[in-house]
Amino acid sequence: MLQQLEQLKSKALQELTSINHPEQMESWRVRYLGKKSELTRILRSLATLPVDERKAVGAQANRVKADLADGLRQKEQALREMQLAASAQEERIDITLPGHPFPIGRLHPITQTLHEICSIFASMGFQVVEGPEVEWDHYNFEALNIPKEHPARDTMATLWVDFKTDSGQRPMLLRTHTTSVDIRIMETTPPPLRVVIPGKVYRYEASDATHTPMFYQIDGLVVDEGITMADLKGTLYEFARRFFGEDRKVRFRCDYFPFVEPGAEMAIECSVCGGKGCRLCNYTGWIEILGAGMTHPQVLRNGGLDPQVYTGFAFGMGVDRLPILRYGIDDTRLFYSSDLRFLRQF
Amino acid sequence: MKIPFKWLQQYIDITLPPADLANRLTMAGTEVKGLEVIGGSWENIVIGRIIAVNPHPNADRLSLPTIDLGTEQHTVVCGAPNLMVGDKVAFAYVGAQLIDGYTDKLSTLKPAKIRGILSSGMACSEKELGISDNHETIMVLPPEAPIGIPVADYLGDTIFDLDVTPNRPDCLSVVGIAREVAALTGQSLHLPQVSYEEAVPPIDQQISVEIDAPDLCPRYCASLITGVKITDSPKWLQQRLLACGIRSINNIVDITNYVMLEYGQPLHAFDYRRIRGNKIIVRRPTPGEAMVTLDGVTRILSENMLVIAGGEGAVAIAGVMGGADSEVTPETTSILLEAANFNPASIHYTGRQLSLPSEACMRFERGIRPELTIPALKRATQLIIQLADGKAARGFIDVYPGKLDREPILLSVGKVKTLLGVDFSLDQIVTALTSLGFDCKMGDSASEVLVSAPYWRSDIHQAVDLIEEVVRIIGYDNIPVTMLSQPLPRQNPEPILALKQKVVHSLIGYGFQEVITYSLTSLEMLSKLLPEPHPLEPAPLRLANPMTADQEYLRPNLRVNLLAALSANRRHEDGGIRLFELGKVYLPRPDDLPDEPEVLCGILSGPGFEKSWQGEAEPVDFYTAKGVVETLLSQLGVEASLEHCQDETLHPGKQASIVVADGSLGVVGELHPKVARAFEISEPVYLFEINLTALLPYTVGHRMFQPIPRFPAIVRDIALVVDAGITHQKVLNIINSFPLVSQVTLFDVYTGEPVPPGKKSLAYRITFQSPARTLTDKAVDNVQQQILAKLSHDLGATLRTQN
Ligand SMILES: [Zn+2]
Repeated sequence: MLQQLEQLKSKALQELTSINHPEQMESWRVRYLGKKSELTRILRSLATLPVDERKAVGAQANRVKADLADGLRQKEQALREMQLAASAQEERIDITLPGHPFPIGRLHPITQTLHEICSIFASMGFQVVEGPEVEWDHYNFEALNIPKEHPARDTMATLWVDFKTDSGQRPMLLRTHTTSVDIRIMETTPPPLRVVIPGKVYRYEASDATHTPMFYQIDGLVVDEGITMADLKGTLYEFARRFFGEDRKVRFRCDYFPFVEPGAEMAIECSVCGGKGCRLCNYTGWIEILGAGMTHPQVLRNGGLDPQVYTGFAFGMGVDRLPILRYGIDDTRLFYSSDLRFLRQF
Repeated sequence: MKIPFKWLQQYIDITLPPADLANRLTMAGTEVKGLEVIGGSWENIVIGRIIAVNPHPNADRLSLPTIDLGTEQHTVVCGAPNLMVGDKVAFAYVGAQLIDGYTDKLSTLKPAKIRGILSSGMACSEKELGISDNHETIMVLPPEAPIGIPVADYLGDTIFDLDVTPNRPDCLSVVGIAREVAALTGQSLHLPQVSYEEAVPPIDQQISVEIDAPDLCPRYCASLITGVKITDSPKWLQQRLLACGIRSINNIVDITNYVMLEYGQPLHAFDYRRIRGNKIIVRRPTPGEAMVTLDGVTRILSENMLVIAGGEGAVAIAGVMGGADSEVTPETTSILLEAANFNPASIHYTGRQLSLPSEACMRFERGIRPELTIPALKRATQLIIQLADGKAARGFIDVYPGKLDREPILLSVGKVKTLLGVDFSLDQIVTALTSLGFDCKMGDSASEVLVSAPYWRSDIHQAVDLIEEVVRIIGYDNIPVTMLSQPLPRQNPEPILALKQKVVHSLIGYGFQEVITYSLTSLEMLSKLLPEPHPLEPAPLRLANPMTADQEYLRPNLRVNLLAALSANRRHEDGGIRLFELGKVYLPRPDDLPDEPEVLCGILSGPGFEKSWQGEAEPVDFYTAKGVVETLLSQLGVEASLEHCQDETLHPGKQASIVVADGSLGVVGELHPKVARAFEISEPVYLFEINLTALLPYTVGHRMFQPIPRFPAIVRDIALVVDAGITHQKVLNIINSFPLVSQVTLFDVYTGEPVPPGKKSLAYRITFQSPARTLTDKAVDNVQQQILAKLSHDLGATLRTQN
């Protein structure tokens, strides 16, 4: 009997090794472990055996049963893995086919630049403020020390709105700089002031590769007790360092704007020639970035502030120039062309 | 302004190379825009003297001059007609770089055989040296030119091209720049010594001057020179003017221009004989007064201008242009020389009104000082005597009704430190100011000075002006770099800025490209938005001085520019296009600045996705555009409904207004086919517009957390059959009105068999959920029955039977 069990076991395991399909597995299970299998028959007939033999055969039969079940489990596992490997092979795809494209949205390069500039100044405690683009002569010129017939008006050729007062004056214009918002802020907000003012400005200038009648500017205004020109220089140098990089040389020189005194201009070293002089920098090695200065006492007074108490500084910078320099754009009109072939590059 | 380096060196010793000096001037406020080197390429060209001129044996037009270079002599072939023995000329050796007279290009001189005679080297024309366009004659150098030395050493120069700021008219002169150089380098000035003999009779017996408009003419000075000979100016004078960009006219006019460049004071020379009545009146024009100016044009004058009049009417427009009648001509023998000061605003106005910008105008309108008149007048009188053989009448006219005393300005060390953030000592301050010609007197305390500006400075009014002078001379590089150290000001961010940021980032997330278009447009473009023409109401804001007809009006909407942008891009794009702009529109208001709301406008056309190997994407439609609007509003937390509206630019049956709290804040729809045609667009276009300024109040509300439902939901699908005219919104409103309904989704819209004609089927998935308990099927059945009953009663809806 024991020998018979041993033979049964080796036969069954032998057969199991040659199985390679789930259906064969099932018939094998029925044959060797099913209700009508020889093993089951032996187990059922245990009762008919003499007691001493019963014990030994019973133990042996259960061991064989466990071994076979174990073999079955292992075989099933192996088969599953085989199948998985086979189907993975079959389902292989051409991963070089293009993915399903999603439409890409982008911000205009000037918007991107403005966000970058504003966030640099925001980190220095500046608040972003905006103002009207159609403006009174008073805010754009008069209150900034640029009265009628002042030569500085010639450098900011103005687009005037077709609007006349009863006295025949034409006081409404498209602002020529965002400095026009300075007085409005002084009038409405008590110091301390620390703001940047981005926005569109307009000039009576024919379009060409370096001019457009509309462009962007960002102005800054700081008013408080004890503001110095050293603070102005520090603020602008910090901006230049963050925007243009650590190693870019900066120049800070005397310049004139009617609404500041002393006045200054900041330039950065030309990135094309590295300061040696080229066409881009007009052979000076420097690229002018912004005008600045200490807010003129009369301008503070015009804004309702006492220049004996407060000092301040202001700066103004053309925004369009920055992406032009950064990306080497050769025609500023492209910004306002809405041409996707241009805009997609940013 | 252009200033030759050599001219500058006449008044001040300069040890710095031109490029370094240029840098110093630029740093101190007078930007040197360019340095033009004259004679930089003049190698192998030396000064020679013609010692013989022999005829060419084989050509009548050519001759063979022999030129002595001191150590050697050369005979060359020459075609110029002006070869004179004894003349000094520029001799170019073989190998010299010359401008070719015919091609205008720089080329190297080679030996050449001309009509059988070898010519090695040549005598140069001005054109060949790049000095002028004259190629007909050989350039003749002054007799004192030293033989044998390089022409570059004798004639070469560096021209400074200066960008003088409007506050510094005194720097629009060689002497003014010399003063700057003196202050910056510590060298001392040597200005021209002016003295001349005066003849009798005195000037005031020969002419009288009266100022009728002292507000426009603070000072009028004049001298009288008789017996002058009008000729060409000497070469040096002509060349100096030319280097500064001024054409030579005759010796008298050239002298007035020369002294203007030298001192910065414009001068005018009248033919004394043409001034009737021996009398000058400085007055406003009479109503309708006209005069013929030097250029032969009749000018109509207005009352804000100023004229110089003789006994019989105007002889000059003051400070702007002289009259033709009193012009200096070859017959002129007596000169009345004017050096006056005029009101800057009046000159600026006149120059602009008459479109006559000039060097003189530029100086007057920037406000030169009245004190400049006498030095310039004396200098020019001296030069006229020297160069035109004249005799000066004794004395000069000086009418000075506008004389003002200037108060000294108090400047303290503390004030300098307060503004600059750096401690300059009183000594440093006084040294800087004194170097510029300021007069400094000690003040009441040891830390302050009383400062008087020199007579030529018109830009110094208060302490800050002096502080700029101090720091620009000491150097802006000596200003320290500090970070703002004051406490941070209170922040009050404008909520519209945050909204704009959110909106643009959402839109790029939806695949839209941002564009920025001009705020200016034309009526022609705006009328393309109208399927039927009619006047725009309200009329958009117009410019008084538009540059071009297509930029005459301020845009009242964004769609006009976006449609133009789409149309232009369609020429090279065949995929889907999604553009948006977020910007201001300008809506006129009576007697005030326009309203400038921030508006978002987006347009879509073409396929919803890029073309792909997985098949053609469906084109976008009304519901794509509506989806963008709904998604955006939902991201902003705004509840809006879309309602029928009538926007004439849009398709009458495919448009909806975006209504928030009973107000329309925008629109979404398909472009009217006629409008599309006007923009040359041949495909359906969908657009949306939202007034963000009006939307803003609805976006700033506070949202509270909603607990995540703890009890399970039950989902039911129902398919309804309703009349085709029943809208989804009506069905939705009814379903939503029942308790326990937490979400309703339309998942199918169907018409056609087996749905009867005139009807449609709408299929909804309804989610029921209670925040308080687990729902039973029975409870949901109950609500669903009530929903169906109400739909049936209100809308005639029936349940679609499955087949
Ligand atoms: Zn460069």
